[in-house]
Amino acid sequence: MKADPHGVLTGIHFIDGDHACCEGALAAGARFAAGYPITPSTEVVERFASRVPTVGGCFIQMEDELAASIALQGGVWGGAKAFTVTSGPGFSLMMEHIGYAAMTETPCVFVDVQRGGPSTGLPTLPAQADMMQARWGSHGDYEIIALCPNSPQECFDLTIKAFNLAEEFRVPVMFMMDEVVGHMTEKVVIPPADQIEVVPRKHTRKSIEDYLPYGTNGDLVPEMAHAGEGYNFHITGLTHDERGYPNMTPQTQDKLVRRLQNKIRSATDRICLFEEEQLDNADVVVVSYGITSRVAQRAIDMARERGLRVGKLRLITAWPFPDKKIADLATRVKAFVMPELNLGQMVRELERAAAGKAKTIAVSHAGGGVHNPDEILNAIVEASRC
Amino acid sequence: MAKGRVSIVVERCKACGFCVEFCPTHVLELSSAFNSKGYHPPHVVHPEKCSGCDLCGMYCPDFAIYGTKASVKPPDAEKAEKASGGEK
Amino acid sequence: MLNIMQDDTVNPVEPFLRTDRMPHIWCPGCGIGTTVNSFARALIESKIDLGSLALVSGIGCTGRVAGYVKLDSFHTTHGRAIPFATGLKLANPKLNVVVYSGDGDLSAIGGNHLIHAARRNIDLKVICVNNLIYAMTGGQTAPTTPGHATTSTNPYGTFEPAFNLPHLVEAAGAVYVARWTTFHVRQLSRAISEAFNKKGFSFIEVISPCPTLYQRRNKMGDGLDTMKYYKEKSKIKHGAPTSEVGLTLNGEIAVGKFVDRDRPDYQSMMRAQYVESLGERYIEEAETECVCG
Repeated sequence: MKADPHGVLTGIHFIDGDHACCEGALAAGARFAAGYPITPSTEVVERFASRVPTVGGCFIQMEDELAASIALQGGVWGGAKAFTVTSGPGFSLMMEHIGYAAMTETPCVFVDVQRGGPSTGLPTLPAQADMMQARWGSHGDYEIIALCPNSPQECFDLTIKAFNLAEEFRVPVMFMMDEVVGHMTEKVVIPPADQIEVVPRKHTRKSIEDYLPYGTNGDLVPEMAHAGEGYNFHITGLTHDERGYPNMTPQTQDKLVRRLQNKIRSATDRICLFEEEQLDNADVVVVSYGITSRVAQRAIDMARERGLRVGKLRLITAWPFPDKKIADLATRVKAFVMPELNLGQMVRELERAAAGKAKTIAVSHAGGGVHNPDEILNAIVEASRC
Repeated sequence: MAKGRVSIVVERCKACGFCVEFCPTHVLELSSAFNSKGYHPPHVVHPEKCSGCDLCGMYCPDFAIYGTKASVKPPDAEKAEKASGGEK
Repeated sequence: MLNIMQDDTVNPVEPFLRTDRMPHIWCPGCGIGTTVNSFARALIESKIDLGSLALVSGIGCTGRVAGYVKLDSFHTTHGRAIPFATGLKLANPKLNVVVYSGDGDLSAIGGNHLIHAARRNIDLKVICVNNLIYAMTGGQTAPTTPGHATTSTNPYGTFEPAFNLPHLVEAAGAVYVARWTTFHVRQLSRAISEAFNKKGFSFIEVISPCPTLYQRRNKMGDGLDTMKYYKEKSKIKHGAPTSEVGLTLNGEIAVGKFVDRDRPDYQSMMRAQYVESLGERYIEEAETECVCG
């Protein structure tokens, strides 16, 4: 369906990533947010607090991230599209509820504007060190989708995408920004509402007697109902059957958890977004995401000026990891170079997917700033000698 | 004719004894029979004293018993006759 | 040789139960089921529209209530029923939201959310079944366990002061605070009905037996013995200062309606503030359908 024009600030703006993310949420139809202040993410909800009373909806600053991360889910079941925003320490606190959203199949968006860690770390400086946590931070077997914008414009566009994926797959989506993308100010073009595609909630049309909260009619994504519509459904974080009733047996567990996994893994073609450039003749492919991809671009250009055949693969979707794409590329290139603002996280996925068919060179960085393009260039040169 | 009657859902009972204790007219006692979980459900020993106050129903943690006023006639009145006194 | 009634009358609470899940998991003599009975009767009495009722619970024995009532019900995470309920209520103000959870869930891990929701006066009806213990996990000390009790994590006896929950929530801002025990089935029902008719943060504490753990370890008999104790030792003290209603191991249990006051609820205050600041520009609810299409 088309975006609700009330939430779309059509026009050309000069705003930072945090602000653009808020506008993306509003354009996507988000009318409820529960948040807790944490640098460098706070501006997202500050803007939302300022905008939403004139758009129609509600923002509440909760007492902590534990409350925020579950209040937003109450908002979803009450009938809204909802999200929260945080950074490292808050992200850690939200982990239990990310698992709850995955288990109950609550469509929602968690924005993490990554900063230096671990612990209190570097509140005002960038990192990309929550990437593994985004995937594995909660306990148990579950899947999430994670997107990485690399500009304020993408903070707008991809936030809409995040909400759309959340609704399509009834899954919590991690929107992995970083402090630089969040605080850099660039041109952001917001189109008219009728040019913005928004995925509606998969709301059931079944009668009260026929509706099963987790029944799947052949599709892996069940239909939802909201509280107050008379369906009298039960939702629980306990292992449950199609009626939503707790059913704690290995058989039910197997059925449920595998469906939650397959729901995402069977759709990676649709979910795994990336930007590619000159991969066909490449000897070396630079794989990167977020702010690092902008620095990597400079290094790639410098390498090409020296006559090296360098391809670029920018991950827009970090999770699920694009295994197939990497497995295919690995048979055709000498090496991958992966710069990240961490001591090696997504590069482990890259290595795994490459399965030894191509060398993988990590360009790590402890965080607090961005790479110097020369660091990445050196790695590319080294890679091309493999 | 008793003013009320008691209905017991035997399989839900866990023999906590609340209904027996708090019935104001001592209509009930725990029986020596068993339900399938091994509990002794209550049974009506003084049906004529039942007022249909439903205190048993209000106290029961297991939704296994309730009292109704005799004036509330079930569709099958003959069944009600049998139900308000005799043994099964 | 059993007098089994096989007639067509129906237990008045039957329509409120997920009968396909009976019998429930609560122990013989546990009072949680009795509180659900009182709750169901309050629903009948107050003629509340069930279609607009949602029930949220946390984790623990009382948390399982959500799974047994035939309402839109949410079994959430430990301690977080109140913030979930807050989100539900804010996204759909027409809902009547009940939080039904235990003393450990609401006052230990959930303590922060309890006091903030009371402070904000969020329109929630909180039923706190207080069995003075963490029952589901095997009988550990709760913030409400009285001193000198034996629990699995205080095997030599507790020595911490316990929370006086009515006092805590009154201080935090609750507009309706009452305590009953599972013996006081009628008064409890009435209290729940009163809470339904009141806007704002209502808190009803229900003292309940945990015969398997709390009572057994403290040699207090079974559920029935405990109910008799409640009958004997409860003293109705409507309007009593909440600072004086703390519980002890074997002492008097002050019950009654302690607080019933009026204060604008969160949403009224929010609305008033926005109207004052934004005037005509304030839009409370999204005018266009932007979720379901």
